[in-house]
Amino acid sequence: MAKQKRQLKEHRIERSWCKGCGICVHFCPTKSLELDEEEKVYAARPQDCICCRQCEIRCPDLAVEVLTEEGDSK
Amino acid sequence: MAIKDYIRQKFFPHMWCPGCGHGIVLNSLLRAVEELGFSKNEIVMVSGIGCSSRISGYVDFHSLHTLHGRALAFATGVKMSQPELNVIVPMGDGDALAIGGNHFIHAARRNIAMTAIVMNNRIYGMTGGQYSPLSGYGTIATTAPYTNIDHDFDIVELSRAAGATYVARTTTYHAQQMTKMLKEAILHDGFSVVEVLTQCPTYFGRKNKLGSAADMMEYYKKNTTPIGSKAKAENPDLLERGVFVRKDLPEYCSEYDKVIETAMKGRS
Amino acid sequence: MDGNIKFVQGNEACVEAALYAGLDFFAGYPITPSTEIAEHMSYRLPQIGGKFIQMEDEISSICAIIGASLTGHKVMTATSGPGFSLMQEGLGYAIMAEIPCVIVNVMRGGPSTGLPTCPSQGDVYQARWGAHGDHAIIALTASNHQDAFNITVDAFNMAETYRTPVILLFDEVIGHMRERLTIPEPGDIPVVDRLRTSVKAGIDYHPYLPREDGRLPMSDFGGQHRYNVTGLAHDMWGFPSSNPGVVHGLLRHLVDKIKNNVDTITRYKEYYLEDARTVLISYGSSARSALHIVKNRRARGERLGLLELQTIWPFPYGLVEEKCEKARHIVVVEMNMGQVLRAVKRAVHHPERVVLANRIDGVFITPTDIKNILRLIEGKGV
Repeated sequence: MAKQKRQLKEHRIERSWCKGCGICVHFCPTKSLELDEEEKVYAARPQDCICCRQCEIRCPDLAVEVLTEEGDSK
Repeated sequence: MAIKDYIRQKFFPHMWCPGCGHGIVLNSLLRAVEELGFSKNEIVMVSGIGCSSRISGYVDFHSLHTLHGRALAFATGVKMSQPELNVIVPMGDGDALAIGGNHFIHAARRNIAMTAIVMNNRIYGMTGGQYSPLSGYGTIATTAPYTNIDHDFDIVELSRAAGATYVARTTTYHAQQMTKMLKEAILHDGFSVVEVLTQCPTYFGRKNKLGSAADMMEYYKKNTTPIGSKAKAENPDLLERGVFVRKDLPEYCSEYDKVIETAMKGRS
Repeated sequence: MDGNIKFVQGNEACVEAALYAGLDFFAGYPITPSTEIAEHMSYRLPQIGGKFIQMEDEISSICAIIGASLTGHKVMTATSGPGFSLMQEGLGYAIMAEIPCVIVNVMRGGPSTGLPTCPSQGDVYQARWGAHGDHAIIALTASNHQDAFNITVDAFNMAETYRTPVILLFDEVIGHMRERLTIPEPGDIPVVDRLRTSVKAGIDYHPYLPREDGRLPMSDFGGQHRYNVTGLAHDMWGFPSSNPGVVHGLLRHLVDKIKNNVDTITRYKEYYLEDARTVLISYGSSARSALHIVKNRRARGERLGLLELQTIWPFPYGLVEEKCEKARHIVVVEMNMGQVLRAVKRAVHHPERVVLANRIDGVFITPTDIKNILRLIEGKGV
């Protein structure tokens, strides 16, 4: 069976947990994340997200989850 | 079960600094436990003292936050008295290998089935940036303001020599690899060591001008390589990542069960 | 009953008593004069399905027994002088985290390596104040093997009752001397089992919330309640707290649970105290010589009595005060420079009547040594 491309539902961001370290922003391969004026991460260009979850697995604050259409993030 | 179901959410956001690699270790560890499908009641997490040791307070397992360097000694009592429990022991580099160095080598020598995670940030973070046995020659720390003349341990070689039967090394950049190794280590029936290079941007990074947390992780990416890679042959300065030791030797608690069997026979 | 009579060292009596009390996990490190305890444990424990482990030092030994206690086992370690010094860190942890455990210190001459094979009672104050910070402690002792057996069972019972480490402060003479021991039948001495919580799974369990009677029911690691254990100041769930009210309450609880139960914890024996003009106060092996001289003098009609303390800490101030009320002379017999003497002086109305009969040279204190002091007191010269 051909691997289906994952479709982004949303980035679920726990704003109060995010400390704005910028690791997710730095390692996002499509540069779809940015820090806002309060130094909290947000999905600036969600349309560019390829759901690779590099942000989610490297977040030291457990503040980022990538939710996809075919099922929620683990 | 989502990984957030394995944490004590009321204590979040956690107390680690922005960009601290210890949070990534927590993140990868939770994924490992989730993928293994363990119940929270089967796991005991035993930690010592320092930034690293606070990890035990954040996980919703049985958690034992002990004394500086002594985590493996407490853990040995937990494991030996109740061998069916999965015992995970996260430690800092100073915690595990300076004050706890003796306990570390002896736990490895016994081959008691526990998972030692050495969160190696090359510094004492909790007390404010003093050099550790992993800082390395030529680094700067608050107790080495001119330069550090102490040489560092190689955790992999030390663990191997001490008798650990599973020894692996990775970094916070390689989070997926870390999860895979932690799963293997937890399932391994013997003493397992996973060294994780984890960034301390606040002290080690700042003192040694290594940039942001992301910069330090970029450093891990560029300066490490899989064991036996072509890159290593070309550049011997690269630090190898991967599983260095994986062998089956009799596990301590199982061996003691045989002692019990012998002792009971002699009595009847 | 005859089958239960043994001719053993005190160290072995201690082992048999620990097993009688339900011990099933021991961790230790060899050190004279306590080593026989580890040796006998390594032989006896696996026979009953228990576990023995020889650790890499005394630090890890006490840490290992704390870990094993948390999984629901009765635990003990044994050591002597220098090893007891190393255990102070773990002892403080067990006090703070309220972990039942028994620590045997078979005292030898100190300080430092001192006199490994010679008797001394120099660790009385280390037992009391070896760990840093305000705290209370229970320390018990005995002067013969039958008493050593009983007091060891008591130590385990108190450890469970008060959720605290209990120190058995034996000495080289008790540890190494061979003497007759009758091992009681099961049930002859009551044994206090681990008090486990009745709180069901899914209901908030407070590992550090005392019941009305002051006891704290436990839940085994690996059981249905997941909680935190730490050496940091902590709240009733075991999580770190620096809230002044919480910290104050915790420290008061740690001290009060023992201080308020001095009478229950106090164990002692008395000989001819009713009309005694000279009261000897002693403990451990020294009390054997004290008792010898008291009996001899009584036979000659002299009004001597002996108060033998088995509970050293918490110090039974009230008891000592009461028993010394009518005494003209109070002689503390011990093998140190006056450690229990200090406590006795604080306890009695006339501290100037308290004198010390001691030896500190590694030689066991004899009845003659005590007799010489008595002659001085009586103005007869030596």
